[in-house]
Amino acid sequence: MNTYLSVWKLRFVSGLQYRTAAIAGMATQLFFGFVFIMVYVAFYAHSSAQPSMSLEQLATYIWLQQIFLAFVMLWFRDNEIFNLITSGNIAYELCRPCGIYSFWYAKLLAQRLASAILRCIPILLVAFLLPKPYNLTMPPTAATFALFVVTLLLGLAVNIAISMFIYISVFWTMSPVGSTLVIAVIGEFLAGMIIPVPLMPSWMQAITYALPFRWTADFPFRVYSGQIPQSEAVWGILIQFVWLAALILLGRWCLKRALRQVVVQGG
Amino acid sequence: MYLYLKYISILFKSQAQYRLSFWLLTVGQALTPLTVLAGLYFMFAQFGQVKGWTFYEAALCYAVIGLSYALSETFARGFDMFSSLVGSGDFDRLLVRPRSTILQVLGSKFEFARLGRMLQSLIVLFWSLSKLPIELTFPKLFTLMLMIVCGVLIFSGLFVATASLSFWTIQGIEVANVFTDGGREMAKYPLSIYEKWVTNFFTYVIPLGCVNYLPLLYVLGRTDGHQLRYMLSPLAGVVFILPCLLLWHIGVRHYRSTGS
Amino acid sequence: MIALQGINKSFKVARRTAGVRQAVKALFAREHTIVEALHNISFEISPGEIVGYIGPNGAGKSTTIKVMSGILVPDNGTCKILGYTPWQDRAAYVRNIGVVFGQRTQLWWDVPVIDSFGLLRDIYKIPGDVYHANLAMLTESLALTDIVQTPVRQLSLGQRMRCEIAASLLHDPKILFLDEPTIGLDAASKIAVRQFIKRINKERGVTVILTTHDMNDIEALADRILMIGKGTLLYDGTLNDLRSRFGSKRIVTVDYREHYEPVPIDGVTCLSWSPERAVYSMDIEVTPVASVIARLSEQVEVVDLEVGTTPVEELVLELYKEHRI
Repeated sequence: MNTYLSVWKLRFVSGLQYRTAAIAGMATQLFFGFVFIMVYVAFYAHSSAQPSMSLEQLATYIWLQQIFLAFVMLWFRDNEIFNLITSGNIAYELCRPCGIYSFWYAKLLAQRLASAILRCIPILLVAFLLPKPYNLTMPPTAATFALFVVTLLLGLAVNIAISMFIYISVFWTMSPVGSTLVIAVIGEFLAGMIIPVPLMPSWMQAITYALPFRWTADFPFRVYSGQIPQSEAVWGILIQFVWLAALILLGRWCLKRALRQVVVQGG
Repeated sequence: MYLYLKYISILFKSQAQYRLSFWLLTVGQALTPLTVLAGLYFMFAQFGQVKGWTFYEAALCYAVIGLSYALSETFARGFDMFSSLVGSGDFDRLLVRPRSTILQVLGSKFEFARLGRMLQSLIVLFWSLSKLPIELTFPKLFTLMLMIVCGVLIFSGLFVATASLSFWTIQGIEVANVFTDGGREMAKYPLSIYEKWVTNFFTYVIPLGCVNYLPLLYVLGRTDGHQLRYMLSPLAGVVFILPCLLLWHIGVRHYRSTGS
Repeated sequence: MIALQGINKSFKVARRTAGVRQAVKALFAREHTIVEALHNISFEISPGEIVGYIGPNGAGKSTTIKVMSGILVPDNGTCKILGYTPWQDRAAYVRNIGVVFGQRTQLWWDVPVIDSFGLLRDIYKIPGDVYHANLAMLTESLALTDIVQTPVRQLSLGQRMRCEIAASLLHDPKILFLDEPTIGLDAASKIAVRQFIKRINKERGVTVILTTHDMNDIEALADRILMIGKGTLLYDGTLNDLRSRFGSKRIVTVDYREHYEPVPIDGVTCLSWSPERAVYSMDIEVTPVASVIARLSEQVEVVDLEVGTTPVEELVLELYKEHRI
C-alpha cells in the first residue's frame, strides 16, 4: 500500500508543477462550458417542445462535466505508460515487486485527482457567480450532495477501470492513438458528454443505461441536481459497485494475457 | 512542393507499419465527428429548430467547418504537434537543414487517418445540400469552395500561431484549443444563435464567421442585397493567416536566441 | 575557415524544488537563475583539421556546437564559418555542414534507412550523380549494404550510428559536426566509426569537430584539442603539447616469476601489485626509468617489461583538476 501512496504523491506533486497548464486548462474548460450552455440557451429559447430537463438543470449538468472533466473524460492519456509498452521498457515494470494493474491504477488515479483538484475550485466559483441562466445551482439537500460525492468517486473508479483497457489494448496495437480514440469517442458519447443523456431519444437512452459509461458521468451529475431521487441513487451506487468489480476483474485478466505475449521492441 | 510530397510518402510508409492502429485510428477519426453529428441530430429531434435554423442548414454549416478543420488538421498537423517537437529538441534538427522551417514542420506529420474525418464531413455536405431546397448555381458552388479553402487557411493560421507560442513556453498551449477546437465547436452552428459579442469575436478577430456563417447566408438565399460582399467574405481567411506566419518567424528567431 | 570571436551565451533556467509545499508555492512565484553557458569563447579552425572538443558534462560543448551549426544565436560575439554567420544565413550555410547528434536520430524511425536517405537527398537538393556516388561510397565504407533496407527502429545502436553518419555526409559537407558520435557503442563499432571519420577527413578533406567523453576517440582522431569547462575555453593545443606539459610521468608495468613480497622502490609509487605483476608510476625528472629497472632486476626475475606514458584520460583529469572543474 505504501508503494501506491508514494507513487501517488509523486504524481500529485509533478501535476502541481504545471501551473500554467492548469490555468490554461481552467480557461479552456470555462470557455467550453460557457459555449455549450450558450448553444442550449439558443435551443431552449424558442422551443415549443417540453424537454425532460430544465435549462437550469442542464447548465448545472454541463458545469459539473467541466469541473470534474479530469474525473469523467476517457481522453486522458498517460504517455509514460504508452511509451513503456511500445518501447519495450515494460520489462522494467515487470521487475518491480508490485502488481502492474494496481500500480497503473494508482498512477492514473493520482493524475486525475491532481488535475481535478487544482482546477475544480476556481471553475466552481466562477460557475456559481455567473448570471442566470448560465450559473451552476446548489444541490437541493445536503443528503443529495453526500450521495453525489459518493457516486462521483465511484464513477471515477469505474472510469479508470475502463481506461485501463485503453492501455491494455496498446499491447496489441502498439500505437496508442487508435485505441484511445475509438474507446474515448464512443465512451464519452455514451457517458453523455456530447449531449446529456436525458436529451437523447429514448432508444439511445436505453443503450446508454445498459453500458458502464453513463455511470461515470451522467449518473452522478443527475444525482447532484436531484433529478434522480435518493432512493434510486442508492440502487445506482450498488450498480456502480457491480460494474467496478466486473471491469477490474476483466481488466486484470486481459492484462495477464497481454503480459504473457509481450513483444519487446527494438534492441 | 515536390519535397512535401516526398515527406508525405515517407510518412505514409511509417504509418502503414502499424496496420491495426491505423485502421482503428481511421475508424475513430470518422467516429469523432459522427458522434457530434448524432448529438446535433438528437438536439434537432428534440427541439425541431434553433432560432429559425433547420437541421439541414445547421448540418451544412457543420459540414463546411468540419471539412476545413479536417483538411487543415491533415496538412498542418505538424504545427498542432509542434510543442513536442520543441520539447524533445528535434527542432534543432530542422534548423540544420537548408529548407524553410515551415515546409519542414508541415512535412513532419501527416495523418492519413484524418481522411476518415474528411470523408465523413464530405458526406454530410452532400447529404445536407441534397435535402435543402436550394438551387446550386455556379456562383454558389464557387462560394462553397472558397469557404472551405479559406476555412483551411484560418485553421492553419491558428495552428501556426499556437505552435509559435511554444517557442516561448511549452506549457499552457492548451488554451489555444479555445480558438481551434472552440472555434470549430462554435462555428458548427450558425453564428447568429449566439450572444452578440461572441458573434463579433468570431467575425472580426478570428474570422471563422466570414468563411462560414456570412457566405452561407448567401448560399441559402437569406441575404438582403450586397450579395457580392457575402460571397467574398471568406477572403478574410487570407488576411488572417499573414500575421500568423509573421508570428512564426518571430518565434523561430526567439528560439534561436534562448533555446537550449 | 572557422573563426569564433568572443562568443557569450546565457540561459534563464526556472528552479524546481521538491516537496508538496514548494510545489504549491511555485504555483505563484517561480525563481529563475541565469546560467552562463558560454563565456568569451574564441578559437579558429583551419580546413582539414580534426578537432576534439572536450569538457565535463554541462560545460557548454553542445551549446558551442549549436551556435556553430546555426541553431542558437549567441548573446554577443562573432562567428564566421566558410564566410557565413551561421545564424544569419541559416539555409545557405547549413547546406555546407553535416551534423550528427549522437543522442538523437535524424532518420525517420519507421521506414527503411534508404528511404530516409532519399528524403534527405531532396531536402538538400543533391544532384543525382553526386547522390549515387556518395551513397555507393558510404554504403561501401560503412558496410551498410545489408542494413539500408531495414527500418531504423530495428537497427542496433552501432548500425544506427553508422547510418546517421552516412546521412550527414550525403550532401558533401565541408564541415562535419559530431556531437558524441560514439556514445553507447561497443568497441568494434567505435573503431569502425573512428576509422571512417579518419578516412573522410583524409580523402575528402572534411573538417571534423567532435565532442566526446571517450578519450580514445580523441587519441585516435584529434590532432588538436579544445577543452571547455564552465563555459570558458581552458585549453587549445595538440595532444602532444598536453602530454609534454604533464609528460614527465611514466608508467612501468613489470611481469616477473612468482615473488611473494612487494618490491618498494624509493621515489616511485606502486600502483598495483600481485605475485606476478606490478605497476609503478614515476616522475622521470626525479627517478629515471633506467634506475627503476635496475632496482627491479636485482630483486625479481623479470619476464616482461613495458614503459608507457600517462593515458590521455589522466592528462585530461589533470587539466580538469588544474582548473578546478
